[in-house]
Amino acid sequence: MTISANHTAPDQTSKAPTEDALSQTATKFGITAEDYMLPARHQIEMVDPDGRLLPEGEQGTEPGHEYPLPGDEELLAAYEQLVVGRRVNDQNSALVRQGRMAVYPSSHGQEACQVAAALCLSDGDWMFPTYRDAVAVMTRGVDPVQVMTIFRGDWHGGFDPLEHKVGIQCTPLTTQLLHAVGVAHAAKLRGEDTVVLAMCGDGATSEGDFHEALNFAAVFHLPVIFFVQNNKYAISVPLAHQSVAPSLAHKAVGYGMAGERVDGNDVVALLAVLDRAVKLAREGSGPLLIEANTYRMQAHTNADDDTRYRESSEVAEWRAKDPVNRMRTYLTDRGLLDDDGEARIREKAEAVATQLRDGLSEDVPVDPQELFRHVFSAPTPQLKEQSALLADELARDASTEEAGK
Amino acid sequence: MSTTITTSSEANGNVSAATARAAASAAALSEASGPQPVTMAKALNTALADAMHADSSVLVFGEDVGLLGGVFRITDGLTAIFGEQRCFDTPLAESGIVGMAVGMAMNGMRPVIEMQFDAFAYPAFEQIISHVAKMHNRTRGAVKLPMVIRIPYGGGIGGVEHHCDSSESYYAHTAGLKVFTPATVADGYRMLREAIDSDDPVVFMEPKKLYWSKDLVDLAELRSAHAAAASAGSSSEGRAAVARPGTDATLIAYGPSVPTALAAAEAAALEGRSLEVIDVRTIVPFDDATVCESVRKTGRAVVIAEAHGFASVSSEIVARVQERCFHHLAAPIRRVTGFDIPYPAPKLEKYYLPGVDRILDAVDDLQWEN
Repeated sequence: MTISANHTAPDQTSKAPTEDALSQTATKFGITAEDYMLPARHQIEMVDPDGRLLPEGEQGTEPGHEYPLPGDEELLAAYEQLVVGRRVNDQNSALVRQGRMAVYPSSHGQEACQVAAALCLSDGDWMFPTYRDAVAVMTRGVDPVQVMTIFRGDWHGGFDPLEHKVGIQCTPLTTQLLHAVGVAHAAKLRGEDTVVLAMCGDGATSEGDFHEALNFAAVFHLPVIFFVQNNKYAISVPLAHQSVAPSLAHKAVGYGMAGERVDGNDVVALLAVLDRAVKLAREGSGPLLIEANTYRMQAHTNADDDTRYRESSEVAEWRAKDPVNRMRTYLTDRGLLDDDGEARIREKAEAVATQLRDGLSEDVPVDPQELFRHVFSAPTPQLKEQSALLADELARDASTEEAGK
Repeated sequence: MSTTITTSSEANGNVSAATARAAASAAALSEASGPQPVTMAKALNTALADAMHADSSVLVFGEDVGLLGGVFRITDGLTAIFGEQRCFDTPLAESGIVGMAVGMAMNGMRPVIEMQFDAFAYPAFEQIISHVAKMHNRTRGAVKLPMVIRIPYGGGIGGVEHHCDSSESYYAHTAGLKVFTPATVADGYRMLREAIDSDDPVVFMEPKKLYWSKDLVDLAELRSAHAAAASAGSSSEGRAAVARPGTDATLIAYGPSVPTALAAAEAAALEGRSLEVIDVRTIVPFDDATVCESVRKTGRAVVIAEAHGFASVSSEIVARVQERCFHHLAAPIRRVTGFDIPYPAPKLEKYYLPGVDRILDAVDDLQWEN
């Protein structure tokens, strides 16, 4: 390997800082470095599918893997976003069926992951989402219609990644994890305390860039949280064909980072685990790998037929673990949510749905000349020629049309 | 490398320490005045050091670029001068190197990364094609990626397989990448500085067989000329050079093939034929004007490149010249390129590489009887 003792500068100790930081973090929790890196024996789960808070002893926590219950305000905000997210997913799927949008990979059923991924971050932090993470991007505060531009088809991306500190939704699997590593590395070199959350799915963990990103983040000791939504399928291929590791979170130890598993349909547990991960990363404990155990309730996209590769009984089983219903029951039982509160949240969700319907029905004129505008900072002579060619073509079309009138 | 990156306060401390060291080294960099024999490797190394000195957001990383100074020593001494925060070794993973550079460029840095050899850049192909080339366009111009991917390329050094590929056509074919390749020592300095200054990503193809070639250059003069040009906002990007003026035919070459073309022109001169040699310099953006002006003047052209001829930069040049200069041509444009075979083993490469004789044969075929 490229790292050797004599490669360190004379004024440095020969011990890798990663090792030191891991040991220090583990010591802080009173456990060994290995126990810190290995996920707890059970996934972290706080509210069960029936909406009941599990007794502390049954939450999957262990010494060094302890997670305080998030505050009520945070939970209410999360529930609101869950309801909005579900409405967004279903509205978008409807718009695809109506032919107003080309495609929509829905995160229906994974809304708890989407919401927690955004809410755990501060304004100065970054998020690198995949194509299925539109709800997470909206929860981060990006305008819903801008988020959907990619699927409406008038351009590849509709929002400014630098303004929102959100990477453009990424289709080539796990390539964006390395961009997350780079953003974190640049921030760290400048002494900023930015945390970067990098998202991918279970199938994506087979990609080479997954490996390279985790390894780079660990070697450079960067504050990156790799958040894997294990929704059980990579289009049609089940997880068993991707990996026979004890869990995806167990992969962390191979890179020298901490891993954890969490119930991906329990937004309470997700917030608890991600909030702690963000805090640890910000404090300098290095990268973390969080695996959220969830389920893609619908087909991969509208072009997919999931009855070809899974039983409807399996889907029904997961429907009973729905993240939105579970949270509603929990909050209602605790007296934090009443009918008025629920109505207010529904109204807000409906407003976002209306915004999406209106925004996506609007016929935004495309500018053919824009094709040449963003290839480089300034067009090359060749692009100027091609742009003139297209302009001429369009002018002739227009005059033919005019003559035909 | 990572050993120094522990806390943010330490990071700041190291960066300022590195800046102090860089300032000290700037004095050391003041070479003897006047033209001196300088290798392309030294010119590239000086360009990197000067760029890092001029702008603290310029970072250099890759495989073996730190303590070792790169397998070709192009990054020699940079870690010692600027510290391990600014010139460092990464894990051995090319996609990781390019992908991390994308993120760094998104977040205020100007990474200059090294792919150790041409064929070792292929694991990074997806990052280069799907992200480096497209990020600016995908984001409607919101995200610029000011990054340079340095790739030692081409043969002629007796390298074993996977160490001698001419991979420029892959990058030139990809919209959104600029592709530079210097053929002279002065251009090594000038073009690398311009690549680093560029707000667009540049694939910087370094002809490895020219690393140790020497020209008489004045590095101090190149440095001040760059500073003056940069402050005036001018650049030699997109401009081909007339490497040797001539009147009878035009040899169009780039990178490693330029010295070969010049040698052929020298030999032809002894036979009484005056050949003009054009050094393309920046494949993207391509300088149609300079190339076509020469061909319109001479009426004959041969395009020379080490890469396989089929579907390559050389085929593109022929097509462009033919489209623009057809009525000035006295003969079909010829090409002298590598054969369409995988790069041969060291003992066989002399049969593959375009040489003076093969170029002169092509020139002889340009229908001089007409």
